[in-house]
Amino acid sequence: MIKVYVPRDSTALSLGADRTAKAIIAEAQKRGIEIELVRNGSRGLFWLEPFVEVGTNQGRVAFAPVQPKDVSGLFDADFLHAGAHPLNLGLTEELAWLKKQQRLTFARVGITDPVSLEDYLAHDGYKGLHNALKMSGADIVKTVTDSGLRGRGGAAFPTGIKWNTVLGAKGEQKYVVCNADEGDSGTYSDRMIMEDDPFVLIEGMTIAGIAVGATQGYIYLRSEYPHALKVLNETIGKAYVAGYLGDDVCGSGKAFHLEVRRAAGAYVCGEETSLLESLEGKRGLVRFKPPLPAIEGLFGKPTIVNNVISLATVPIILDKGAQYYADYGMGRSRGTLPIQLAGNIKQGGLVELAFGATLRELLYDFGGGSATGKPIRAVQVGGPLGAYLPESQFDTPLDYEEFTKIWAVLGHGGIVAFDDSVDMAKMARYAFEFCAIESCGKCTPCRIGSTRGVEVMDKITSGKEHANNIQVLRDLSDTMLNGSLCALGGMTPYPVMSALNHFGEDFGLKQTETAA
Amino acid sequence: MVTTLTAVDLEKIQAHITAHKDVPGALLPLLHAIQDDIGYIPEEAYPLMAKGLALSVAEVHGVVTFYHHFRTHPAGKHVLQVCRAESCQAMGSEKLEAHIKSILGIDFHQTTADGAITLEPVYCLGNCACSPAVLIDEELYGRVDSQKIDEIIQEARSSS
Ligand SMILES: NC(=O)c1ccc[n+]([C@@H]2O[C@H](COP(=O)([O-])OP(=O)(O)OC[C@H]3O[C@@H](n4cnc5c(N)ncnc54)[C@H](O)[C@@H]3O)[C@@H](O)[C@H]2O)c1
Ligand SMILES: Cc1cc2nc3c(=O)[nH]c(=O)nc-3n(C[C@H](O)[C@H](O)[C@H](O)COP(=O)(O)O)c2cc1C
Ligand code: SF4
Ligand code: FES
Ligand code: FES
Repeated sequence: MIKVYVPRDSTALSLGADRTAKAIIAEAQKRGIEIELVRNGSRGLFWLEPFVEVGTNQGRVAFAPVQPKDVSGLFDADFLHAGAHPLNLGLTEELAWLKKQQRLTFARVGITDPVSLEDYLAHDGYKGLHNALKMSGADIVKTVTDSGLRGRGGAAFPTGIKWNTVLGAKGEQKYVVCNADEGDSGTYSDRMIMEDDPFVLIEGMTIAGIAVGATQGYIYLRSEYPHALKVLNETIGKAYVAGYLGDDVCGSGKAFHLEVRRAAGAYVCGEETSLLESLEGKRGLVRFKPPLPAIEGLFGKPTIVNNVISLATVPIILDKGAQYYADYGMGRSRGTLPIQLAGNIKQGGLVELAFGATLRELLYDFGGGSATGKPIRAVQVGGPLGAYLPESQFDTPLDYEEFTKIWAVLGHGGIVAFDDSVDMAKMARYAFEFCAIESCGKCTPCRIGSTRGVEVMDKITSGKEHANNIQVLRDLSDTMLNGSLCALGGMTPYPVMSALNHFGEDFGLKQTETAA
Repeated sequence: MVTTLTAVDLEKIQAHITAHKDVPGALLPLLHAIQDDIGYIPEEAYPLMAKGLALSVAEVHGVVTFYHHFRTHPAGKHVLQVCRAESCQAMGSEKLEAHIKSILGIDFHQTTADGAITLEPVYCLGNCACSPAVLIDEELYGRVDSQKIDEIIQEARSSS
């Protein structure tokens, strides 16, 4: 039977994928044609959703974007046999946008039915776990270390070294916690993994548990992701039934249990210690470090806390080997980064590439420039705590160290583009406002500084004691940068100072005053 | 302030407390269960929760008020969350926000007079490739302009 694929990813749904799917089913019935409709994940070409595919002998053929009104015309054009139609984009695999990518973590995303364990197994699923079950914990950890994988949540700490600390920590009970709080604006790669290939995350967490001797895992999921919650619960249930989770994982005699916990709308709870407080049922106040969560984490026990992408990358490393992964990338940034194109961009979506591509390639070759067709003036990389970059920095390669050199952050790989209508002083004010709304309140530079920042910005834009207030702004940023307990207060100066230093004219500075 | 909590609601709350009391770190899952079920976290329930989980009432209060997601009063029939974060700003969410506030005649954290819609700000819905985004109940929308939001609101109002 002919297979027709209509994505079930949130972004596809937000553009009407459910209605498109219904229309296709209804039209097929009306015409007496039997089809099998598969709700796959998204290929990540979000500007083309709903992105419909048809299985043919040559491979899958794409038709996009398909709205219900297009459906009867598609049947008329015999799209089920790849018939000619203005929406026919040809073979999906041949689309340049996909062909230029190196999809390792996202190898299956968009191809498989996310909630089908059979599909997962048929596409290399659980090969990594099977290898891991034949290895010692120390060897699993060494493989992860050798792969060069660094934390994809943003801080880029080597994952294997973190695991090694947990492995070496003494404790009857250890935990694996997946940080699925994905609070950064401009990011959605965690959400895509959870909705579009959830078993890879479940497998990665299981490998982590087996490696360090942790028997309980939690996925701390932001409450803004209702679809991901359903998919995770459904697939965790299936993994239990099939023996991939439980007291005896795949007959190994080793236990690993997994549960999803819903967050409750606090950005700061993405910070790992605040997250742990929240999981314990408390207010999400940031803890002092040390002790590191790896030593004293959840309920005071040794705990791995890792981002979704870090954990979802572990299976392919255990399947194909450390070297295979490490062969991608540049410098100390090994492997690939799932980059998320967002904001004012013509072709927004997920691009997984080896480290080293430039921002310009992402913005223009993949992104196609701005959505409004106006020049891209500023780009914020790495979420609300990341710097704004001007055109002159678009040739910076995506690499943790290269970004550090220009006082910017690669973070979780979100790229938000702004056209020339953006007011950068307003964006700086917003950065303070956001920090004030989300501050956990534990330390003064962040709690008070953020509110002061909003006030200072208002004075600057209204021209009050201008030179003086610019200096106040710099001093305040300095205090927050150096005196905050966590990166919420500590990194809010990144968007603020980068906006001031690169776009001083928006703050009422003359060209000569801009370079500080 | 005392709200009118029915005996049925009280019974439901008690059942959730019983179901959660042995769960490690039970308070957040319990609060979610209660809010999913009856729509908000009634303050009268704090002592019950405190007793059930061996916490102080102050601790329960502290947790409920820390998290933006939990509400202590009933919301309207539908909750409309409008994204205010950077990616959506880059695509005109400020204008959209102003339009929504003016057609609903309310500000954030308020409910329309007919009780149909509660308006909340949200900071990223993970739909940033198709900004601006809104979430109504559990239904996500992308590339929302003023015409689309009018339709969404109308649909919500007619599907009481
Ligand atoms: N993904 C998002 O939505 C999001 C949101 C806000 C911020 N961020 C990112 O978060 C980053 C800051 O995170 P952070 O404060 O957790 O950074 P951090 O540098 O304090 O820690 C990074 C990780 O390494 C671990 N670690 C450090 N030393 C260790 C050791 N010796 N042994 C074992 N583990 C060790 C920490 O416990 C933590 O898990 C920022 O750079 C920002 O980019 C991400
Ligand atoms: C304010 C704040 C918010 C954060 N939010 C997230 C988040 O949503 N997701 C995430 O993975 N890491 C987030 N982090 C980083 C975590 O503290 C931590 O470094 C990360 O979960 C470790 O996992 P990784 O090593 O796999 O990246 C945040 C940090 C700060 C300071
Ligand atoms: S910097 Fe802000 S969020 Fe972080 S601990 Fe201090 S007050 Fe809390
Ligand atoms: S309620 Fe979110 S930090 Fe205070
Ligand atoms: S910033 Fe609005 S959906 Fe991400």
